[in-house]
Order: sequence, then structure tokens, then C-alpha cells
Amino acid sequence: MRREAPQKLTDYGPLVFPAGMLIVFFVVPFATMIAVSFFRRDPSGFYTPDFVFDNYARFLSLFFGKVLGFSLFLAVTVAICCVVLAVPFTYLLSRAKRRTQVLWLVALLSILSLSEVIIGFAWSTLFSRTAGITNLLVMLGIMDQPVALNPSFGAVLTAMTYQALPYTVLVLYPALVRLDPTLTEAARTLGASPVKSFFTVVVPALRNTIVATLIMVFIFALGSYLLPQILGRPQHWTLSVLITDQAIYQSNMPFAAAMAVFLVLVTLGLVALTVIAGRKGEAA
Amino acid sequence: MNGLLQKVYFGLVGLFLSLPLIVVAGVSVNEKQDLAFPPKGFSLGWYGEIFANVEWRNALFASITLAALSAAVALLIALPLAWFLWRRHAPWANIFQLLGIAPFTLPPVITALGLLTFWAATGFYGQPATAVISHAIFFVTLPLVTLSLGFSSIDRSLVEAAATMGADDRTIFRTVVLPLILPYLISGYAFAFVLSLNEYIVAYMTIGFTMETLPIKIFNALRYGYTPTMASVTILFVAIAATIFGLVARFGDLPKLLGAMSSKD
Repeated sequence: MRREAPQKLTDYGPLVFPAGMLIVFFVVPFATMIAVSFFRRDPSGFYTPDFVFDNYARFLSLFFGKVLGFSLFLAVTVAICCVVLAVPFTYLLSRAKRRTQVLWLVALLSILSLSEVIIGFAWSTLFSRTAGITNLLVMLGIMDQPVALNPSFGAVLTAMTYQALPYTVLVLYPALVRLDPTLTEAARTLGASPVKSFFTVVVPALRNTIVATLIMVFIFALGSYLLPQILGRPQHWTLSVLITDQAIYQSNMPFAAAMAVFLVLVTLGLVALTVIAGRKGEAA
Repeated sequence: MNGLLQKVYFGLVGLFLSLPLIVVAGVSVNEKQDLAFPPKGFSLGWYGEIFANVEWRNALFASITLAALSAAVALLIALPLAWFLWRRHAPWANIFQLLGIAPFTLPPVITALGLLTFWAATGFYGQPATAVISHAIFFVTLPLVTLSLGFSSIDRSLVEAAATMGADDRTIFRTVVLPLILPYLISGYAFAFVLSLNEYIVAYMTIGFTMETLPIKIFNALRYGYTPTMASVTILFVAIAATIFGLVARFGDLPKLLGAMSSKD
């Protein structure tokens, strides 16, 4: 059956409920948030309607600059760690037996779906003095006594890499599965080692995919709202943590909304970059 | 050679991914209320605590109800939309596809804050139904993606045959389309269900001050000190997710769902 353009008004029937829900509960809330970002804070309640730029003006402080800089730095670092770990892994996975692939995919999905609260709890346990990894090192005689490894930057970075790694693998998976196996076979026939053929054939062939994945993981990491709070010190707080903190604990909705609008703009800019990287990939 | 490399690397990644869960599993079987690893003594009492303690039981019940309902609403939004986009040629309608994918692509804090301002402005803030709708919107992406994939894999000549023999859209949908996309329908529901079960920030910003879902309960408990119940709940959640995704893999085609064979080019 060919796809036809809708002819009668009733042909649009199926669209009514989905379109209505998405407009009322996504577009309208989004617009509300943008509106609130221009409102004035009301210390007694939520906010009073107004049209001021005060909330955006607060971005021009040194504190905010530091938070933004750290958020971007942390997300870039997480994205690089994840892609460096995930590209060889996903490559090997895409060449593995189907049964092995399915098992790994189930495991990766299970970890990906885990709540940030749970990941934060699990890593804070692993890094703790009483139940942490250092107890194992003491048992093995490598260390004298157990120590706490968090709060620290390393703890935040490790947990965020843990959170984003399954996502990275699943983003890379389709591209790597479809990669023509004859490419590496040719390299192997010509005498390249598996490692060499991976770096000289697979990685260059996937350059645009890798760039697009880096950006997607970067956005994913930018969204992490609890791990820096659970495992880091206040100087490790990111924009997402700050938004939550302002909205919930400081009850400063207008400022939280202004930061959220800013985060949307950063994200949309990056999505546009991803699309451009993807287009180039198709053209090449 | 290649095989050895693969085994070593898979082993290392596997260790990294499972290490926190091994420690948490160890903590969850402590005999007394301490967070020791290796565990002191062995007891499954902390698993019983999830069901025996009224607070944890209520949180578990709230989470499961929320996940079951919101995944169903997400499916109700995604199914007609995906069907329309497959059946009709209406390029402008793709905007709704984009709207369905946006909440999941943007940082979750943004969707959460948008919904918080919306529910506060309309006066429904804190009511349980708001969380169901919020989660349905947040996770509509998942059934939308699986269903779009399902529709694109339907051989259009099958539908054409049914139409030639006089079946109308409704009959075709019931007898041809629905059976073909059922696996995608179920996996879309499963993905939305598991993610809703684990979701924290949207739930917290909508009903966080009036109700506790399990992730909210864990976070609140984290601030007042650790108990091994948090560890047993974590392991329960991992087990639920692994079981559901395992079932999806058993009865569906997981590599295909995740995009391995979706391109026909």
C-alpha cells in the first residue's frame, strides 16, 4: 500500500491524541519555563510575573563562569574516556558471536537503565572506607588500612564514565555492526596485525561516527545531575546540579529556569553539530 | 590472537561494569545493620525488609504503579503517531516525531524543570497523576523509536494484498499490522517501564514532596545515612531490568531493535 496524503479531515484522527499530549505537556511546559526565566523571584512563594533580565545577568559572575567551565570540562573528559573505551569494545562486540552480543546488550541495557541515584549509591559504597575497594587491597596486603576515596574528582569522573559507557556502546553499535568486514580482512591479508588494522582501517573509516558519538555522550554527561553531588565536593557541582539545587532547595525558580534555557541552547547547538557531522559522514 | 585480545578486553570492561554491583550485592547480605564488605555474616533479611518495612513497600508499590501506567500512556501516544507517519504522507507531521524525541534527548533536568513550572502554574503540583503524565511524555521516545522501526520493517505488499481484497484501514490494522508490530509494541513498553521505574529527577520535581518512589526513597535515605536495604533494593532493580531485557531478547530480536540491521541500504 502506498503512503497517501491525508484526504479527509477524519484521516487526521489518529494524530489528535498524540499531538495534543505532546503540545500540552511538552511544548506548553517548555514555554512556561522560558517565561518563568524572565520572572522575578518571590521569596515567599515561587515567583511573580515580570519581564526582567536579572536572572540572565547573574550568568556574568565569576562563580557561574567557574561552574559552566567545570561542567563543560567534566562532560568533555567523560565523553573522551567513554569513546576511547567503547570504540574497541564495540568493534570486538560487533564481531562476536550473536549469543555473546545479545548477552552483552542485555547487560548494557540493564546498567544504562539504572537510576542515577542507584549508580551514585553503588559507587559511594565502592569508594567508602568501610565497604570499599580499599578493603580488598588491604586483604591482598597492598595497603595498610582502608581509606575513603570520595568525595573527589576521580570518584565523580569514574561514576560518570560508568553511567555513560553503556550509552556510548549502544550509540556506536549500529555503525560498527554495519561496517564492511572485508575492509579489515583486506588489511589483514596485506599483513597488518589486528591492532594495526583496527587503528589504520576501522578508526579512520568511522571518523565521523566517532565525532558524532563524542558529541552525543558529551550531551548525555552534561545531563548528569546527581553524581557530582553524591560523589564530589561543592566545587565539582555542574550546571545540572545547580539547576536542581536552585529549583528545589533555594526555591529560586526564575534563576533555575534561566540556567535551564541556557543549557537547552548549548545542547541544541551541539545537536546541530552532530547532524552536520552525520551529514558529512553520509557524503563521504 | 584476536580471540585472546577480545577475551581480555571483554573481561576488563565486564569487571568495571560489575564491580560496583558486586560490592553492593555483598553489602546487601550483611547480617547486622552495617555496610561492610566483605559482608559480616550472611542474611537475606534486607531483601525481606523491602516488603516488610511499610515505607519501602509503599515506595516499591508507587514505583511499579507509576511505571506501569506511564509506559501505557507513552504507548497510547506513540502508537497512533507512528502509525500515522507510516500510513500517511504528511511531511509536516514529522514535527511531532521530533517533539516525541526531544524530551529524552535534552538533559533530563530541563524536561523536569519545564514540567515543574507547568504543574505549579496550573495548580496540579504534587498530584500523583502529574507524575504519570510527566513520565509518559519523558519516555514516549522509546516506544516511538521501536514502533517506527517496527512499521518500517513491515512488507508493504502484505498490506496491499489485504487492501485489494477489500479490507479497510481498521481491519488491516487489526489483522495484519498489529500482529506484525506486536514485538515492537511490547519492547517499547518494556523499555519505558524499566526506565520509569528507575527515573528520579522528573518524579522528584513533580511529586517529590508528596510521595516517594523507590529512587526518591533511596536518595532521601542517602542523606540520613546508609542502610543495607538500599543495597538490596539496588540489586532487586538490577535483577528486574536484566529479567525484562532478557525476556525482550528471548522473544524479540534485540540486535535488530538496537539498530544492527535496521538499514536496508
